[in-house]
Amino acid sequence: MSVNPKSKLVKEVLDLKKVGQAPTRNGYGEGLVEAGRKDKNVVVLCADLTESTRSEAFAKEFPERFVQMGVAEQNMASVASGMAAVGKIPFISSYAMFSPGRNWEQIRTTICYNERHVIIGGAHAGVSVGPDGATHQAIEDIAITRVLPNMTVIVPCDAVEAKKATVASVGLKGAVYLRFAREKTPVFTTDKTPFKVGRAEILWDSSGSPSLRSGRSRLDVAVIACGPLVHNALLAAADLEKKGIKVRVINNHTIKPMDEKTILKAAKDAGALVTVEEHQINGGMGSAVAEIITRNYPVPIEFVGVKNRFGESGEPTELIEHFGMSSKHIIEAARRAIKRK
Amino acid sequence: MAHLHDEKIKELEKKANEIRQTLIESLIEAGSGHSAGPLGMADIFTLLYFHVLEHDPKKPDWPERDRLVLSNGHICPVQYATMAHAGYFSIKETKTLRKLGTRLQGHPHRTSLPGLETTSGPLGSGLSQAVGMAIALRMDGKKNIVYCLMSDGEHDAGQTWEAAMLAGREKLWNLVAIMDRNNIQIDGNTEDIMPLEPLRAKYEAFGWHVIDVGGHDFQELNSAIDEAKAVFEKPTMIIAHTIPGKGVEYMERDFRWHGVPPGKGPEDKFPRDKQGAEAIKELRTLWGRIKSEHE
Repeated sequence: MSVNPKSKLVKEVLDLKKVGQAPTRNGYGEGLVEAGRKDKNVVVLCADLTESTRSEAFAKEFPERFVQMGVAEQNMASVASGMAAVGKIPFISSYAMFSPGRNWEQIRTTICYNERHVIIGGAHAGVSVGPDGATHQAIEDIAITRVLPNMTVIVPCDAVEAKKATVASVGLKGAVYLRFAREKTPVFTTDKTPFKVGRAEILWDSSGSPSLRSGRSRLDVAVIACGPLVHNALLAAADLEKKGIKVRVINNHTIKPMDEKTILKAAKDAGALVTVEEHQINGGMGSAVAEIITRNYPVPIEFVGVKNRFGESGEPTELIEHFGMSSKHIIEAARRAIKRK
Repeated sequence: MAHLHDEKIKELEKKANEIRQTLIESLIEAGSGHSAGPLGMADIFTLLYFHVLEHDPKKPDWPERDRLVLSNGHICPVQYATMAHAGYFSIKETKTLRKLGTRLQGHPHRTSLPGLETTSGPLGSGLSQAVGMAIALRMDGKKNIVYCLMSDGEHDAGQTWEAAMLAGREKLWNLVAIMDRNNIQIDGNTEDIMPLEPLRAKYEAFGWHVIDVGGHDFQELNSAIDEAKAVFEKPTMIIAHTIPGKGVEYMERDFRWHGVPPGKGPEDKFPRDKQGAEAIKELRTLWGRIKSEHE
């Protein structure tokens, strides 16, 4: 087991029976309250999804700073822009499918191009939304946000990181997109796990593993993941390592601006990459990695994600399996990437 | 603000005419852009910048200023011309409209030009921003007024009504919207494209105070704004009935002049190479009333 000791992950990180579980949206809810306590200019707008986006706790503690928008996401984005113009720091909460989905142009023009500091909290991203089906499963949101100038895009890997990202967003500039999931997923980072916007973290590195030190000095493959699937990447890494394959796992939570240095170092150290995201492969985090790699240090990349399809109803774990994003699929992708070296 | 005296009205009329000339000259120079809307809104912009607004052209970011949100950004030539005449920048700079490197973008870009409250162009999002400003100012206990200038055509957009509903629920006394009711949009007359009437009843149903006024009557406009400020329980919509192209006779009331400058418009009255000179001549001579004009 080659968990990077500096990452301060929970001890039971690989034990699915023991590791705690919570949806990343819970971290958003807790982060909103903390941000609200720290800065009186923080306001929260929500489009009729107060409970499920976890905006509820903020609304209860700061009713005078909470604005119920009704089912009107386009209005919400532009109202937030107007409030930011007067010095407020608005968080806008909805499902990712509707914000930044439905209100993309308002986000582009009235927030990004208009250079306003507004934080977009998109819950229920990914196919793991589950039984609600494809209409409510945003798997295009990273692509449509990362393409915008003046936009930061963050995909937290668990509820603890989600809270940190939410609080950190207050201190950023311009638009910020925070992507959250509906389903409970392992809580494997801790308060002590380093988190800095724009800096990817190495969570696993077999090249430092004592049992493998006698083997090849370099890594075989690096897995770059974001969101709750980072945990699947760790499970895959443990399995690969047992079979003598040396892996690095990177939690690439900030899609934009991406940590080019850490990504390039992984390409140089491993010579082959796998990207993992609960999102369309087209235009997503992996595409952003590929843009960096092809310009600077081309190596084979395999992409784990949704392959140009819409989601469907099902149980979250079934869907992750069905759409090819389980640890088994990450292992297969790693083997393919290594073969292509 | 009170009643406008005759001298003040004369002064505003003169200023509005100068602003019309400046905006037409900038459009001719640009070779593209919208004519009808800017001409139709020149009187309202003049009244706002030269009488109504609390603002300081030398300190565009003065926190105590009123906010003017232009929602239908395509009529920005009139805002640029008015701002130049008010002293935000030189009148000469209006000739850079739409050119590479200009601060006067084809549709307004806030961070390019001090004095703009927002970036706009895509229709239907301005009222939302104005509502956000009004809510935030009220949260802070500020008394500033937010003015939102809108087109009638952008009432086709659902977002406008989302914002109208929210403003009504929030009873935003500090929000005054002014609709340019000129009855045209790019593809034709508004009531043919997508009927908007009864606009008064619609806004009243959404909890607004509504005032209909002549959009070229300074006295009426000014009284309506005074009335809006005196209504403390509701946001106010001033429906300003304007003549698109006002001041250049061959453009007036003709939707074909919505989105083109002099020199690029329909040729049934003047050929393209004469359109620019004719527009300037009409404005300079006050439609033939000044006989001594030599062009």
